Amino acid sequence: MIRFILRRLAQALPTLLAVVTVSFFLMRLAPGGPFDLERPLAPAALENLRRVYGLDRPLIVQFGSYLASLARGDLGPSFSFRDQSVLDLIVRGLPVSATLGALALGLAALLGVGLGIAAALRRGGAVDRLLGVGAALTLSLPSFVVAPLLQIAFGLTLRWLPLGGWEGGSPSHLVLPVVTLALPQVGALARLTRASLGEVLRTQPIRTMRSLGLPPARVTRHALRGALLPVVAYLGPLAAALLTGSVVVETIFGLPGIGRYFVEGALNRDYTLVMGTVLLVAGLVIALNLAADLACAWLDPRLRADA
Amino acid sequence: MTSPAGRALSRLGRTRTAMAALIVLVLIGLACLIGPGVTGREPERAYPDLRQLPAGLAAQPDPAHLGPALERLAFRMRVKLEAVAREGDTLRLTLRSDAGVDRRSLAYLPRSGLFGPPDVLEERDAGRSLAIAVPIRQLHFPLGTDVQGRDLLTRCLVAGRVSLAIGLAASLVALLIGVAYGATAGFLGGAVDAVMMRLVDVLYALPFVFFVILLLVFFRPSLLLMLVAIAAVEWLDMARVVRAVTLSLRERDFVRAARALGLGTPRIILRHIVPNTLGPVAVTATLLVPQVILLESFLSFLGLGVQEPQTSWGVLIAEGARSIEAAPHLLAGPAVLLIATLVALNLLGDGLADALDPRVG
Repeated sequence: MIRFILRRLAQALPTLLAVVTVSFFLMRLAPGGPFDLERPLAPAALENLRRVYGLDRPLIVQFGSYLASLARGDLGPSFSFRDQSVLDLIVRGLPVSATLGALALGLAALLGVGLGIAAALRRGGAVDRLLGVGAALTLSLPSFVVAPLLQIAFGLTLRWLPLGGWEGGSPSHLVLPVVTLALPQVGALARLTRASLGEVLRTQPIRTMRSLGLPPARVTRHALRGALLPVVAYLGPLAAALLTGSVVVETIFGLPGIGRYFVEGALNRDYTLVMGTVLLVAGLVIALNLAADLACAWLDPRLRADA
Repeated sequence: MTSPAGRALSRLGRTRTAMAALIVLVLIGLACLIGPGVTGREPERAYPDLRQLPAGLAAQPDPAHLGPALERLAFRMRVKLEAVAREGDTLRLTLRSDAGVDRRSLAYLPRSGLFGPPDVLEERDAGRSLAIAVPIRQLHFPLGTDVQGRDLLTRCLVAGRVSLAIGLAASLVALLIGVAYGATAGFLGGAVDAVMMRLVDVLYALPFVFFVILLLVFFRPSLLLMLVAIAAVEWLDMARVVRAVTLSLRERDFVRAARALGLGTPRIILRHIVPNTLGPVAVTATLLVPQVILLESFLSFLGLGVQEPQTSWGVLIAEGARSIEAAPHLLAGPAVLLIATLVALNLLGDGLADALDPRVG
């Protein structure tokens, strides 16, 4: 098991290196720079700024020094947020995105898996028939449509909840963004659970248990262990996507999370901020995929032999 | 029909939801294709007097909009309206100006789009007063108009052309890359397969949406760039599916026979492997199109995708979201069309998957 984890971590390094390289050169080769302001700077001032931030050196040297500082855990200073390091900004933005993501993940998993189980246990029942169309419907609800609709309904018409903002993460400000993030995933998870559990329930061991007269609840518990494998495997990338923030949801609800910093960084050519956020997202994707694989190995002994 | 494909098709025909989804898709496609020519409104034609009309079937301009529109036109024509009388679809107006009514300014009336060409009935006071008759046009805006007074229905349909075209084109590119890549990896197997699929794993771990956004922010957004960017993200699933199917096909007798007959690898892949992956490929492709359309609208919503004067559902939804308090119908129109398309595509994909599954039915 330890060797498996170590091997996966070793495999993650080239991926992260690829992420850093691609985003570094993509940004530097693009037209425009971080000091292109509305009013152009005096050439001497621009020259000074470029020297201070090391932008006057050859590209490959800059890349080398960026990698070197990265190895020391230093993400560099932000170009657009004066006197703040990228790490400061991430430390400020990550809790926002992570709180939203974790709540949305929990809500989606609870509702989705629950509905999926209900549908699989009663084929052709009310929940099953509802999921037939309902799952496809929630999958097709874009967050940028759901968010304004929720804002109209609960913010403007009913006036129950605020339209946006963070306010230190007060619960009333969290409801609408969390629901918007979770909604499409409820359908996806429900469908996955239903298909997987339905298949396991048809297998020979489960049929044998039934014929031996085991109580239905115990049979379901046995079936669930195997049936949750694909669900857990799906939860890994999903968690990464939700935890690192949805660009759209953070934009619409005006939340100061990672997605917002990324978009603002990209628009302002804030090289280091963009690199930092992209690297953070890639790292989380890798880590959570690994976590999902470990959870799968724990659920399924056959996968452990492989590891 | 006894072939597996025929059986699958007839099974699909019996699924009511899938058939309904197919019909909805065909209707939306046809509406976008021929609709803009039938609504009678140009997508770019703005009616400044009829901004943000709500959805409705009544003919425009209705009495509530007629008065302000006439006031605005009179101001432009530098005349005073002395008498306004409506007889059916014709307005009888008496215009007055102390400097004399300039007949050339009558052209403002038809130019507003609300009236037909005016007839001069009578001239009094040495040209200082003019009685005219103007036909009122009967305009219909079933979905209302946008902030600039453009017909929302026509714009939705024109936008649908762009959204659907990008969805299909990008999916096709992703399909070609995915099938070629997956079939090659699966058929060659061994070290080549390991390296190729390892690359796919690495690409999966990349925060691709972030890269697409970077690409579109840094280089000027264009349709071609977006097409390439979307296709580059979406081929991975297809490659995995095709590889898995190919692995199981590789050892089958007909492939061995082809090899024994001395056929080359490219020929076997093209003639024997790829045609047999069609079922799963069709399902994956059907579910891919809604993902692509969603990604396109997402990028357009952020202002990184389709640019003015072209429009897409994402662009219209973004416009609607901006004026949601004043005119909710601006969001409703394009959103309903987009969601209906996505739901129908997802349901069709589900139906196709069920129909092709030999274990069911």
